[in-house]
Amino acid sequence: MAKKNTVRIGGMPAVIDCRDLRKTYDGKVEAVRGLNLEIQAGECFGLLGPNGAGKTTTIEILEGLLEPTSGQVTILGQTWKSHARELREKIGISLQETRLSEKLTVRETVELFASFYREPRPTNEVLESLQLEEKADSWVGKLSGGQRQRLAVATALVGSPKVLFLDEPTTGLDPQSRRQLWDIIRAFQERGGTVLLTTHYMEEAERLCDRLAIVDHGQIIAEGSPAELIARLGGHHVVEFSLAENSHRAPESWQSLPGVDSVRNDDGLVCLSVREPHRTIPALLERVEQESAQLDRLTTRQASLEDVFVRLTGRHLRED
Amino acid sequence: MRTGNIVNMTIAQQTPPQQKEEQARPTRNGRWSGFLHILSVRMKELRREPEVIFWVFGFPILLALGLGIAFRNKPADVSSVVIISGAEAQDVLSMIERSPRKSSIHADVLGQSAALRGFRLGKYNLVIEPVGPSEIRYHYDPSRPDSVLARALADESLQSAAGRKDLIETSVIASSEPGSRYIDFLIPGLLGMNLMNAAMWGIGFALVDMRQRKLLKRFVATPMRRSDFLLALLSSRLVLMLIEVSLLLGFGVLAFHMRVLGSLWSILVIAAIGAISFGGLGLLTASRAQKIESASGLMNLVMMPMWIFSGVFFSGERFPAMVQPFIKALPLTALNDALRATILEGSSLVSQSGRILVLVLWGSISFALALRWFRWT
Repeated sequence: MAKKNTVRIGGMPAVIDCRDLRKTYDGKVEAVRGLNLEIQAGECFGLLGPNGAGKTTTIEILEGLLEPTSGQVTILGQTWKSHARELREKIGISLQETRLSEKLTVRETVELFASFYREPRPTNEVLESLQLEEKADSWVGKLSGGQRQRLAVATALVGSPKVLFLDEPTTGLDPQSRRQLWDIIRAFQERGGTVLLTTHYMEEAERLCDRLAIVDHGQIIAEGSPAELIARLGGHHVVEFSLAENSHRAPESWQSLPGVDSVRNDDGLVCLSVREPHRTIPALLERVEQESAQLDRLTTRQASLEDVFVRLTGRHLRED
Repeated sequence: MRTGNIVNMTIAQQTPPQQKEEQARPTRNGRWSGFLHILSVRMKELRREPEVIFWVFGFPILLALGLGIAFRNKPADVSSVVIISGAEAQDVLSMIERSPRKSSIHADVLGQSAALRGFRLGKYNLVIEPVGPSEIRYHYDPSRPDSVLARALADESLQSAAGRKDLIETSVIASSEPGSRYIDFLIPGLLGMNLMNAAMWGIGFALVDMRQRKLLKRFVATPMRRSDFLLALLSSRLVLMLIEVSLLLGFGVLAFHMRVLGSLWSILVIAAIGAISFGGLGLLTASRAQKIESASGLMNLVMMPMWIFSGVFFSGERFPAMVQPFIKALPLTALNDALRATILEGSSLVSQSGRILVLVLWGSISFALALRWFRWT
């Protein structure tokens, strides 16, 4: 899958521009604390972070559904304060957990949303591009989870939007439905659309997004393409192992192994961030034998966004 | 003819591609397309919910049927009396059975304690205690109308059987006009209550449900006009109102021979104003609740006083004079009174302007406040 390299053409305004965005609830809960975003046309931009990071608040402000406490938001060169009706014609959104009317058919639901736009796409075309034609006359209540999500995205795409906002689009879906939805999002991007999505699945962020912002506690703690972030912050490889007698040796003792960038102890599992696994692993095995210890587990893998997040915050993306 | 068939086949082969092109041409939606679609979707959803159909249409009719039968005007209520057994008991019994009032009195003979207990428990309305050969003691309860009636009937029977002469010539004209029966009073009241319930639940509850499901939030993110959305909800209420009025009045006329004196137009105008006003009240109660539970509680709080005080099942004038101004100020009272005046007495719309004003005030203030407070997200 070729991902687009974003080339910023000098002077071209960003599709989504957000400066120093802040949102405080009831004067106490600071959900968003000074966020800056600049998203270019044709990009797929992701907000990656754990639950409660402020992703949903941010995206709802950008969708015009929530008023920020302070900060400026510009979408396609217009603001919500001045051009709300026009902007709504040009964007499509999918909220987290919307329950559409169960006693309407798929076709009736799409047609209902189509009726709100000035020039909507033909219903059959929308249903076809989302692989819902077979279920066109079934009641929404009888659809599977994946089909319901596709219907939600269908309602977002029926107005031929320029920007698509998706809040956790694949939460709770099985892997196949997830991939189907990714294909649909990519197809939208290939036709020139811009996508902003929020997610807490690192695989989704890695595969779909051209650029990411990692969000935690209402702030962006890192930004860049997935590859950049991993290279810059995640290291290249991770070697994970645990020893049989579970002794807690000092992390520094492993740091001295060749090629080790940093060491982390994750509840008995030692994680080494390494640049050259072919040098580190033999040295590790030698050390283990020297100390007459026993290896319980040994895995080696490429660094992922999860590792980036853990290194930045000390926590995991998902609390399970 | 073979050549003809070949020509027809060629034309048939040509049309499908043209049809496909027409399908691909994008539609352009006019100003009211959103409104019309919301309205039609709302009607479809209601049609597909069988419980709603029962509660909105079936329940009031069942209620009218049940109450109408239970409280029907029987030719004359039969009074149950009990005679205390003893020497003269049989004489008293035969005097009653000889009298022209025989069909209105039913008499049993029991021992003293059983008779008094039966009277206390309401099984009998009067106890006749023969005290001597020409002396009778009545046990009755002056606070029970049935008891007062039983005593009067029994006494008249016994006195005329004993030979009392009536000195004044009397004649009787009996008239039983429909319009003064309980069912005539009840049906406009049920109609008013039904309009209120359906508006509060149909609009108020539906909105809270949509808010809880985030459907409101989803709609508001589209170019849909909020006013169109609310207008469509009200319009669907009015369409249903037409059906409700026809069903309930039709039922009253067919099953109970109700006489509708007012013009259908006046009745519909009043029902429409009632439906819209209660729609506004429903909108107000639903303006902020995030959960169905809290909205239900609030709606019951608003509706229950009116079920009791507004003259649905019995006249609100039975309550003490001190609370009458408050009762008259309630919107359901105004609606029921206006409906009764129009349906039973044929009053004009102009004569009901006071009550219509009450409804309009409730409605407009509710709408104004609701629109200011309404939580769309």
